Amino acid sequence: ITDVLTAVALYLAIQDFNKVVFKKQKLLIELDKYAPDVAELVQTPMEMHYIPLKVALFYLLNPYTVMSCVAKSTCAINNTVIAFFILATIKGSAFLSAVFLALATYQSLYPLTLFAPALLYLLQRQFIPIKLRSKSFWLYMMQYAALYLCSLVVIICLSFFLLNSWDFIPSVYGFILSVPDLTPNIGLFWYFFAEMFEHFSLFFVCVFQINVFFYTIPLAIKLKEHPVFFMFIQIAIISIFKSYPTVGDIALYMAFLPVWSHLYRFLRNIFILSCVLIVCSLLFPVLWHLWIYAGSANSNFYYAITLTFNIGQILLISDYFYAFLRREYYLTHGLHLTRQDGTEAMLVLK
Amino acid sequence: GGMLAAVLLLLLPLAAGPGRAGAGRAQRDALREELLLSPLPAGDVAATFQFRTRWDADLQRGAVSHYRLFPKALGRLVAALGVRELHLALTQGFWRTRAWGQPPLQAPAGAELWVWFQPTVTDVDKAWKELSNILSGIFCASLNFIDSTNTVTPTASFKPLGLANGTDHRLLRYAVLPREVVCTENLTPWKKLLPCGSKAGLAVLLKAERLFHSSYHSQAVHIRPVCRDASCLAVSWELRQTLTVVFDTFSSGQGKKDWSLFKMFSRTLTDACPLASQSKVYVDISPKNKEKELLEVTPPPASVHEAIVQGDKRTYAVYDLLSPSLFNTSRSLNVQLKWKRPQDSSELLTPILHAQRYVSGYGLQTGEISTLIYNTHPYRAFPVILLETVPWYLRLYVHTLTIITKGKENKPSYIHYQPAQDRRRPHLLEMLIQLPANSVTKITIQFERALLKWTEYTPDPNHGFYVSSSVLSALVPSVIAMKDVDVEQSPLFTSLFPSSDGSSYFVRLYTEPLLVNLPTPDFSMPYNVICLTCTVVAVCYGSFYNLLTRTFHVEEPSRGGLAKRLANIIRKFRGVPPL
Repeated sequence: ITDVLTAVALYLAIQDFNKVVFKKQKLLIELDKYAPDVAELVQTPMEMHYIPLKVALFYLLNPYTVMSCVAKSTCAINNTVIAFFILATIKGSAFLSAVFLALATYQSLYPLTLFAPALLYLLQRQFIPIKLRSKSFWLYMMQYAALYLCSLVVIICLSFFLLNSWDFIPSVYGFILSVPDLTPNIGLFWYFFAEMFEHFSLFFVCVFQINVFFYTIPLAIKLKEHPVFFMFIQIAIISIFKSYPTVGDIALYMAFLPVWSHLYRFLRNIFILSCVLIVCSLLFPVLWHLWIYAGSANSNFYYAITLTFNIGQILLISDYFYAFLRREYYLTHGLHLTRQDGTEAMLVLK
Repeated sequence: GGMLAAVLLLLLPLAAGPGRAGAGRAQRDALREELLLSPLPAGDVAATFQFRTRWDADLQRGAVSHYRLFPKALGRLVAALGVRELHLALTQGFWRTRAWGQPPLQAPAGAELWVWFQPTVTDVDKAWKELSNILSGIFCASLNFIDSTNTVTPTASFKPLGLANGTDHRLLRYAVLPREVVCTENLTPWKKLLPCGSKAGLAVLLKAERLFHSSYHSQAVHIRPVCRDASCLAVSWELRQTLTVVFDTFSSGQGKKDWSLFKMFSRTLTDACPLASQSKVYVDISPKNKEKELLEVTPPPASVHEAIVQGDKRTYAVYDLLSPSLFNTSRSLNVQLKWKRPQDSSELLTPILHAQRYVSGYGLQTGEISTLIYNTHPYRAFPVILLETVPWYLRLYVHTLTIITKGKENKPSYIHYQPAQDRRRPHLLEMLIQLPANSVTKITIQFERALLKWTEYTPDPNHGFYVSSSVLSALVPSVIAMKDVDVEQSPLFTSLFPSSDGSSYFVRLYTEPLLVNLPTPDFSMPYNVICLTCTVVAVCYGSFYNLLTRTFHVEEPSRGGLAKRLANIIRKFRGVPPL
């Protein structure tokens, strides 16, 4: 049920988002911000018509979603809350989006980082320019932060009254942050801390947790014009580096991939990465069985697959990021680039 | 030996003199020693030594400075830490209840320590930690490994065996170390606590090289307060040191079941401990299936004692080491038992209550613990309290707990479950289960195995982890009515557990300890793991850093580096157009 709710929420969200993108595109074309020969890069309503349906289908038919549904994991509920949060943000309702973000943060600590993209989107929608000196920017940000924090405090106090003690805070959030349980999962943390020297465990726990929250500010600075893409990258980073990742988290950010299917021509390694991801997903249960049940493999085998899978995910995300940035450059500078002497030019990152 | 005995005999009236002439309160202490030899149905022989020191002094109040028979180490321990009852057992091997019958006093494999503290103790956990450390020093056992991860507070299974005012179970602590190995180093300090040491009396038989060549070896120390007399106006402290050992006479006796003291212990008894007020040897000569004269005991006993022990009428041949007539014919006493007719092994008497426990399942992820409890009484049902302590790294799923008797579900009338906290305390499950007559009860619970940090594994991790024995306590109805025993008059082995009424006797059984394998990480890899994981994180950081801090530029035609210029020079020589 929650999966269906998530799909519906994503469908509606992407529909709205498409409308916004189209409007923005039209505006920029009218403002002559785009170079003259980028006609084939601009998104047409025709191809954008089926994207919401594709997003919903991507989520529902994703084998990862099916697996987490069969396992009756609470990840589905997490995904639903985040999807409703995205819907509320794109619709523009600050109050609802704050409430849903508070719910998502209450369940697991990491959606806290989604505060920034949501804020950026809402500011964009209100046509408030993002300048550090602008009063309206700070005012709006304070409003949104206040809404968010108030709803979070309300939810936590409700839990307190339900339980009559504050014990749940170290049990829930302390558990997420300090990673005491080392059951093997698809993330990087478990084996790392299983083999950690006692002396350094606190240091590395802190480093790993900071790693999740650390990308928010630089991404916000770079992607302040494109908050929805920022949200996608942020969700992906959370699902790779959180302390107990599950395949349900991966399903959520993979559902967004059709939204940026127009980036396909700029993706550099998509074939290899999709092969890596598919092969690793197939090898996960095999090597698990060999380690735990057959006894003929070591924990190292499973750990290696974990590493490869995560590298595949990371490279997928950075590939999409690269493609996005490249398309933006082409949009503003024209598709056929020429050098000063008229020959075909190449783009590099410098 | 003889010299020492003479010196002790001389000193005895001297010591007793000032004691009596001193203050009006005579702090008398008395030592009774006893050896019980019982042939077991399967052909083995069980020898139970008991040394009981009773001291009419109040260890809790008043500074007691003159220790005579009661060992000073234990006396000061009791006084300083506010201990009301202390039971410590070190065991090697497992008592096979089905083959050997009901044990007089069983202990689980490894080290077991349970202590009732006085109500005046404010911080019980601190006192418990100090106590286990001090005991580990006294007995040379690694009892200092007892900490909160293997200590539990049972609510129903362990009631005080001595005098008790109230039973607040928060004053009770119970811990088992199933991995503990018992050897000569543990026997030596135990023997040192005896008043005569191992130089006189029954303790001369306790030689390590024979005692550890046995199927079961258990040595225990029990300290408890008892009533001084029938009116129970004053409190005395009783220290019982028991040692139970089971010898396999078949393998050591060249296929014959005859045994003698010399064959078992490679020593014979020469005299009694001069400090003991009573020193006796009991040999169980109860006839099986009403056929007397099946066995013959030499030398012929001076008297025969009949008692009802554990619901059975038993006959014992008594040898009193203090009676002068015993050593008339020979200087040493070597009790021998010969079987006149080979005994059929089919007449095994199944005990009324026995249990077994095993772990099932495959793979290193999940498993199931099953306990089977048998009630072989033909018509009486009785309840049994089951106590299970499971370490935290086997995560029990209590919703899978099932108790099935005769095909139907059996609901326990009392359940106390305390879930484990990772690395802090173990699981505790106590249940009161009613066992119908002539039935088998199966209790199953499933668990999941956790992956531990690599420093938490024992040096041989693939050996597995031990789960300590579960404890079954029951009042088993006895076929024959038992009379109340007077502790001072009757043999020691009949007064181990206080009996409330004559129709049932108390039994405490232990099941087998379990050995469970946990998934292990690769122990040779810590540095590699750190490097590889940090590499993956660095890959992410690197790509994101590139994308975030660099912008796209059109590539400028470069003049070429050194390599390009060199290549161009070579091309000029070849006549090929330059790069």
